[in-house]
Amino acid sequence: MSAQSPFIQIKAVSRVFNGCNGVHDLSIDIPRGSFVVLLGPSGCGKSTTLRLIAGLETADQGTIAIDGKDVTNMPPSRRGLSMVFQSYALFPHLSVAENIIFGLKVRKTGKEEIRTRLDDALSVTGLAGYEDRKPAELSGGQRQRVALARAIVAGHPLCLMDEPLSNLDAKLRHSVRRDIRELQQRLGITVVYVTHDQTEAMSMADIVILMKDGRIEQAGNPADLYLKPATSFAAGFVGSPPMALIPASALPGDVIPAGLDMTKLTFGIRPEDLVLTTSADQSAWSIAATVTGSEFLGAETFVSVAIPGTEGATARLPGQVHIAPGTKVSLSWAGAAAHWFDGEDGHRLEPAMPRQTAQEPNTSIETDTAIPSL
Amino acid sequence: MNDMARLQKQRLALYGWMLVAPALALMSLFAFYPAIATLWHSLFTRGTTRRPSVFAGFDNYGDLFADPTFWTVAWNNIIYAGITIPVSIIFALIMALWANAHIPARSFVRSAYFTPTILPMIAAANLWLFFYTPDLGVIDQITGFFGASPTNWLGQPETALASVIMVTIWKEAGFFMIFYLAALQTIPPDLREAARIEGAGRWTYTRRVLLPLLMPTTIFVFVNAMINSVKLIDHLFILTKGGPNNASKLILYWIWEMAFSYFDSPHAAAMTILVLLTLGLVAVIQFRLVEKRTHYR
Repeated sequence: MSAQSPFIQIKAVSRVFNGCNGVHDLSIDIPRGSFVVLLGPSGCGKSTTLRLIAGLETADQGTIAIDGKDVTNMPPSRRGLSMVFQSYALFPHLSVAENIIFGLKVRKTGKEEIRTRLDDALSVTGLAGYEDRKPAELSGGQRQRVALARAIVAGHPLCLMDEPLSNLDAKLRHSVRRDIRELQQRLGITVVYVTHDQTEAMSMADIVILMKDGRIEQAGNPADLYLKPATSFAAGFVGSPPMALIPASALPGDVIPAGLDMTKLTFGIRPEDLVLTTSADQSAWSIAATVTGSEFLGAETFVSVAIPGTEGATARLPGQVHIAPGTKVSLSWAGAAAHWFDGEDGHRLEPAMPRQTAQEPNTSIETDTAIPSL
Repeated sequence: MNDMARLQKQRLALYGWMLVAPALALMSLFAFYPAIATLWHSLFTRGTTRRPSVFAGFDNYGDLFADPTFWTVAWNNIIYAGITIPVSIIFALIMALWANAHIPARSFVRSAYFTPTILPMIAAANLWLFFYTPDLGVIDQITGFFGASPTNWLGQPETALASVIMVTIWKEAGFFMIFYLAALQTIPPDLREAARIEGAGRWTYTRRVLLPLLMPTTIFVFVNAMINSVKLIDHLFILTKGGPNNASKLILYWIWEMAFSYFDSPHAAAMTILVLLTLGLVAVIQFRLVEKRTHYR
């Protein structure tokens, strides 16, 4: 294996179930030691992809190689990987310790080694003292850690995780997210992680692979996905609250960049890039909207607005903002903050010329107009 | 406040008794009272018009132990239970594993396995009577095809009990399969996949995960098979009537014979009490020993 070749190489893999779902002609390269998140809505094929890597599904077409070895037709046990299931899949009749060393025992590892590995795994996951409990006697978070301990105890270089946090409450989820990321970096293992939660993906991943309908929508680091979404789907899926997607026909003609066909064009704008002004004067570069509600979240306030002919938008304003529902506002943005997508296939469009427009009532973003548009 | 709490407690206790009452009344009438009456009855001699029944202490029990038929019948029943219970459980498990797998015509396989259970035991026995008929029966037709001489399966002491055992297993395995099938379907497929990832093969998974998880079902089925091995004797009436020479006679059939053929109800009562005691003892052992080692979810 050469140093350049990726740790996991999925080449043109298809796996189609009767009629629906599955993955189509999928190719992914995953570098060694990286944390890769497969992100997407349910039914997008992300779990199928994970199960294909695990060997729980067999590819109809294409090849999968792990560590330079073609594993396409190998059973899971010979692929040198471990997996954390969404349900944790702990054996309910076995104690925590027995659960963790299940695989080691199956592989007939020596007693001494099992002992040391078990102690390691227990201390790493903070489960020391719980060895003799049954899974039913543990809390959700503890069960999750048992599943994690079982995954790392064998020392496999690859760990697959299938929505491991979806059964935890929000607060725990946040801390476990950090623990998993830290563990992955400490052990230097490669993790392929499936989730539908974009926050998880953004906060943990080295590489996010966004999937839709069994195909890759966009792959890249979290910043790429956020700042330069490749499609309108990626734009709407990543980020919370999501990017507002507005048909260009609802915009004043002046803001449409030159060279773009405004009849089939979608305009996208992140909530934090929207500027709200209550002044009645409408400039040529702003759109009229009506406030429909606001959510105060402490450090910021989300203000949702209705724009005629669209599904509306959300603006993220710092601090506490009081705007009564029904207030007429005008929305504007820095030209560079605008994203343009093809209205039909959703692909990102790069306007030929950066526009030096978008009138700014507030100062700070004014300077952004100097930056060439993405 | 304190009064209120006490009142509530009393009311809950009342509810409890009210809920138990119907079952308690019926059980007393049809189980507890008959058991005690039987015990009482077994302590008296058989009354005739000339010699009225008198208290005899444990004489009836002594008579039973002195009767060689008692030992034959008890031994028969031990063999009968010792074979039908494990064999039908094993068959049930194997059939359930198969019927639970993703195979074509799964529902056909399931209903085929379950059919013997739907048949009344008498009908099943008649069916098997035909199978066992010397020379003309299905079994002899098949063995005859390979050149074996006709066998009177039910008519000779060496094969009579085995033939009866065969029918019971055929009848019971399908019934127990349903319980295993239900239990198998509650086991999440994730466990199977987790075991596969950990490198466990089919056999390791079955031994280390599946069988322990099926243990509660196994106990349930075991208790049922136990009970049936004592109480299921319908087929004896059709197949062998306990013969030849008591070779296939089981305890309950013998009790029935004593009570209703020979009208010796005190001895029948004594035998019934012995059966009750034995079953009670076995139940205690089961609960004490086996349950401790079982994982209930």
